[in-house]
Amino acid sequence: MLNYLKLIVLGLIAIFSMIAINYARDVAYMIHAIIILAVSAGLFVWVLRHTDEPVTPAPQNEYMDGVIRYGVIATAFWGVTGFLVGTWIATQLAFPSLNYEWAQGYMNFGRLRPLHTSAVIFAFGGNALIATSFYVVQRTSAARLWGGGLAWFVFWGYQLFIVLAATGYVLGSTQSKEYAEPEWYVDLWLTLVWVAYLAVFVGTLVKRKEPHIYVANWFFLSFILTVAMLHIFNNMSIPVSIWGSKSVQVFSGVQDAMTQWWYGHNAVGFFLTAGFLGMMYYFVPKQAERPVFSYKLSIIHFWALIFLYIWAGPHHLHYTALPDWASTLGMVFSIVLWMPSWGGMINGLMTLSGAWDKLRTDPVIRMMVISVGFYGMSTFEGPMMSIRAVNSLSHYTDWTIGHVHSGALGWNGMITFGALYYLVPKLWNRERLYSLSMVSWHFWLATIGIVLYAASMWVTGIMEGLMWREVDANGFLVNSFADTVAAKFPMYVVRATGGGLFLTGALIMCYNLWMTATRSPAVEADAAVAHATPAE
Amino acid sequence: METYSFLRQLADSWALLAMFAIFVGIVIWAFRPGSRKVHEDIANIPFRHDDRPAASPGDDPAQ
Repeated sequence: MLNYLKLIVLGLIAIFSMIAINYARDVAYMIHAIIILAVSAGLFVWVLRHTDEPVTPAPQNEYMDGVIRYGVIATAFWGVTGFLVGTWIATQLAFPSLNYEWAQGYMNFGRLRPLHTSAVIFAFGGNALIATSFYVVQRTSAARLWGGGLAWFVFWGYQLFIVLAATGYVLGSTQSKEYAEPEWYVDLWLTLVWVAYLAVFVGTLVKRKEPHIYVANWFFLSFILTVAMLHIFNNMSIPVSIWGSKSVQVFSGVQDAMTQWWYGHNAVGFFLTAGFLGMMYYFVPKQAERPVFSYKLSIIHFWALIFLYIWAGPHHLHYTALPDWASTLGMVFSIVLWMPSWGGMINGLMTLSGAWDKLRTDPVIRMMVISVGFYGMSTFEGPMMSIRAVNSLSHYTDWTIGHVHSGALGWNGMITFGALYYLVPKLWNRERLYSLSMVSWHFWLATIGIVLYAASMWVTGIMEGLMWREVDANGFLVNSFADTVAAKFPMYVVRATGGGLFLTGALIMCYNLWMTATRSPAVEADAAVAHATPAE
Repeated sequence: METYSFLRQLADSWALLAMFAIFVGIVIWAFRPGSRKVHEDIANIPFRHDDRPAASPGDDPAQ
C-alpha cells in the first residue's frame, strides 16, 4: 500500500519537474528540475520493480549500521571535495590569473567560494553529524534507529540537498545570505529532510532502553532542533515565480541583517559546536576507554552553551545600523561564552587524565586531543574578536577567515577525522586500522597545514586592518585597497600551501580507511560472539 | 507603550531574570545530594551496548 502511495507521489514530482523544465526562467532552475526529474523517475522505476517483494521486518536486536557506513563514505568524499575547492580558491586569490577566461561566471572565486564553505560545513560536517549522531544515539540508547527506512531518506535526501545547493552556486542561484545561500525550493527540501532527521533521532530516544539520555544526545538534539528553527526563520522568502529560482526576503534592512547573523552565528554555535560536542562526548571517552571527566560539568557545559550562544549573533554587526544595545548584548554574551567553552574543553581534555600515555601510542586520540585544543583556542579567539574595539580592526579582514579555519579545520575537521578512524574498523568489523603510521602522517600534515593557515591569516589580517585605517597628517587615507591586496601576496601563498597540506592529509586518510575496510584483518567470528555477550 | 519598547524592557528585566533563575536551578539540580551515583551510571552508558541493542524482556536469549 505504501509503495502505491510512493509511486503516485514520485510520478507527480516527475511530471511537475518536466513542466518546470519547460517553463524554467533561469538556467539553475532548469538544471535543478532536470536533476529532480532524474531522481524521481529513477526512484519511480526502483520502487515499481520492488513493489510486490515481501517485506522483512528489521531485526530489532541489531543496530542499523548500513546508513552509517554510507554516511562515513559521504563524509570522506565531501570532505576531500570541500578541501580541494578551498585549496583551489586560496590559490586563485594568490594568483588571480587562475580565474580562467573560459570559465568566467562559473569557476571564478565568487562562484566557488560558497561552494567551498557549504561543501565543508554542510556536506562534510553535516554528513559527519548525521552519521555519528545515528551511531551514538543507537549505542547510548541501546535501541535500533526508529522509523525503518526513514534514516535512508534522511541520508539520500541530504545528499540531494547538497547536490542542488552546489550546482546552484556554480550556476548563480543564490539568495546572498552567507551559509544560507540556497534558494527557496532547496530550503523547502532541506526542511523536509530535517524534520525526518528530527523524527528518527527523537523516535530512537523515545524507545531507548537506558533510563537516562546520555549527554552526547542532548548536544545532538539541541543541534537538530536549533538548526531547524534557524533555517526556517532565516529563509523566510517569497519566490518571484514558482518557475524560477529567484526569491525575495520577507525582512529588509537591519532586520534582515540581524536575522542573517542570528542564523549565521548560531549555525556556528549549534551546527559546528553543539553537534560536534556531541561527537566529543562520545568518541573521546570511547577512544580513551574511560568515562567523561565530570558528568556534572558536561550538564553545566550543555545548558550554559544553550543559554548563551543564541544571543551572540549581533557581534557580527558592530558599527552598523544595528542599535548599540543589541551589538553590546552580542558582545557581552560572546565574552561570557568563554566559560562554558573552556569548561567543555577542560572536560574533554581531562577525560584523558590517567591515560595520558595513550597520546604517545595512539595517533587517533592525539587527533581528538588536538581538536579539543583547537576548540579551546578558537573559542578564546572568537570572543576576543567580538569585543567592539578589537572588531574595528579585525572585521572585514583575513583575521576572520583565519579564525573560522582554526575552528573548522582544527576543531571540526580533527574531531571528525578522529571519529572516522574510530568508526571504520567498528562498522566494517575489522580488528584495527590498516596503518597507524598513516594516521600519524595525516595528523602532522593537517596540524602543520592549520598552523600555516592560521598564522598567515593573523599576519595578513592585522596588516590589512592597520593599512586600511592608516591616515596621514592631513587625515587622508595612506593606502589604496589595491596596496593591501599586493601586500598580502606572500601570506596568500603560505595559506594555499597550508590548505594543500591539509588536503594531502585527508587523501592519506581516505586511502587508509579504504584499506582498513577492505584489507585489514576481520574480527574473528568466535571473538566477535564473545564480545557481543552482554557484560552484566 | 510601544510594542518595541515594551518587549525590549521585558527582555532585559523579567525575561533575563527568569532565564538566569532557570539556569541556576539547573546547576543546583546537577549538584543535588545523591546525584553522584546517577551521574556515574550515566557516564558509563557508552561502554554498555557497543555491539547490539539491549534485549527486550520477551526476547529469546538464544536467538
